[in-house]
Amino acid sequence: MARRLALLAALLVLAVLFLLPLVAVFAEALRRGWDVALAAIAEPDALAAISLTLLVAAIAVPVNLLGGVAAAWCIAKFDFPGKRLLVTLVELPFAVSPVISGLVWVLLFGAHGWLGPWLQAHGLRIVFALPGLVLATVFVTFPFVARTLIPLMQDQGREEEEAAATLGAGGLQTFFRVTLPNIRWALLSGVLLCNARAMGEFGAVSVVSGHVRGQTNTMPLHVEILYNEYQFAGAFAVAALLALLALVTLGAKALLERLAGRQAGAAG
Amino acid sequence: MTAGLGVDVAGLTRRFGAGRPALHGVDLAVRQGEFVALLGPSGSGKTTLLRILAGLEFPDAGRVRVGGRDMAGVPARARGVGFVFQHYALFRHMTVFENVAFGLRVRPRARRPAEAEIARRVRDLLALVQVPELERRYPEQISGGQRQRVALARALAIEPPLLLLDEPFGALDAQVRKDLRLWLRGLHDRLGITTLFVTHDQDEAMAIADRIALLRDGRVVQFDAPEALFEHPADAFVAGFLGDSNRLPCVVAGGLACFAPLPLPGMATSLPDGPALAFVRPGALLAAPGEGAVVQGVRHDGRALHLVVAAGGRMLEAAPAPGWDAPRRGDACALSIAEARFFAAQQ
Repeated sequence: MARRLALLAALLVLAVLFLLPLVAVFAEALRRGWDVALAAIAEPDALAAISLTLLVAAIAVPVNLLGGVAAAWCIAKFDFPGKRLLVTLVELPFAVSPVISGLVWVLLFGAHGWLGPWLQAHGLRIVFALPGLVLATVFVTFPFVARTLIPLMQDQGREEEEAAATLGAGGLQTFFRVTLPNIRWALLSGVLLCNARAMGEFGAVSVVSGHVRGQTNTMPLHVEILYNEYQFAGAFAVAALLALLALVTLGAKALLERLAGRQAGAAG
Repeated sequence: MTAGLGVDVAGLTRRFGAGRPALHGVDLAVRQGEFVALLGPSGSGKTTLLRILAGLEFPDAGRVRVGGRDMAGVPARARGVGFVFQHYALFRHMTVFENVAFGLRVRPRARRPAEAEIARRVRDLLALVQVPELERRYPEQISGGQRQRVALARALAIEPPLLLLDEPFGALDAQVRKDLRLWLRGLHDRLGITTLFVTHDQDEAMAIADRIALLRDGRVVQFDAPEALFEHPADAFVAGFLGDSNRLPCVVAGGLACFAPLPLPGMATSLPDGPALAFVRPGALLAAPGEGAVVQGVRHDGRALHLVVAAGGRMLEAAPAPGWDAPRRGDACALSIAEARFFAAQQ
């Protein structure tokens, strides 16, 4: 009885906290019909925001894939001085407020920042442009891949790599034939989470974006602008699309995990 | 198949952090084709020695030669040494076939056999280790003993002149261990590969090794054939580690060892005066009806009677003297020593 009550309470909390807002977003987006929602998405500024979001994610996710694997590989397979510091640094983006994650780039590369005058002299734009958006997104989403991989790789230990070495495999052969296949499912799952966050990031991106419509607005920023201008239909339509991207990502992750589970099951 | 190479180790020292070094000046000369056990209690440095031979660990000082070639600065992948890990370290995402083929597949293109040749060699090896039916299975799907055989086949695939095994039977149950160790010895005799294996089990070492290197605190205490180790232990540690002797403290005065307060007659010894240790095998400590000790336990193992007797506040392992056919629990008895080995007590 008590267990059922607890289960019921948990489901209720889940419904109120997660399901209801999601339903509300889609309901609000479609309240005035499909045509209005689709028109809001097909509007040039909205399309620009969507393509910018996809572009930023398309750059940031591969960067974090490589960086995350490299960091996890170093931390899990080798001992070196400063290892603890590196572990802490990997988690830093989670601990720091996204506003600060954006602000540091403005401080470094903004017009009045440390490197601002030099950049201006050379005609380079980082803040309020694509490079700034990518930097902020990379910083905020860095931990996803690394933190998914580190515990798994630590758990797997170094013995298989050592065995590969005694059998004559070089460093790259060992990585691609032994290490990478052992982490592939966790890696995919980390990449998908990283991607979801890269597309949805608001705080850090908001600081470095400058909110130039059609140029430096990503989808989350576009939603905010529309909302502030009382264009609710448009705001919710774009928000619904963003939510849909997140749901697809989560669905893909769940599917991958099932596939991984089935493969492990077939092997075990 | 492959001819073995000799191994020559001199002055090997390895230290992990502060404190006692894991290896402390190890010298060892293993002959070509020999089957050698590295035996010692845990922490004696035997696994570290094995890993240095494989190139997985590097010594702080000393030199390793395999087949006369200095191995300093040669990385593990260039040594061509076969290594079988304690927990096998099979590649978990590969089938048994791919595990065994790995060492051939990673060769540079010029030395890599053709696919058909790889398949033939893998199947030969799986037949050699007697698990040809497993080639499509994954490591998770096979038993510990089978994993051990697959790990061995994988190591043999590169045709190593030297085979190193770290606690090869450590994770297996007793019966599988016994079968597998005899089989491994037979395999060694067929292939002739110089083989070193680490163990902490003296029975295992005694049963199959040509020679045993007994390690303690990062040094080789004695390196000898099993019988020689048993008959002529170099010091009290060796005598105590091998066999299950009774350790009896005694005092030597004028060539006579006195065991008081134990109820044992004195024995002649060549040791100088002072405290000493006597090692007496259970079969050499004879109990006969009499006074001084009490039988606490009687066990028959199918060949002989084994007694546990209480004497002078200690439990000793003994055997009934000839003629005492039916000792029973609670019988009073007298003890005598047929044979003992004496060592001066270490100060």
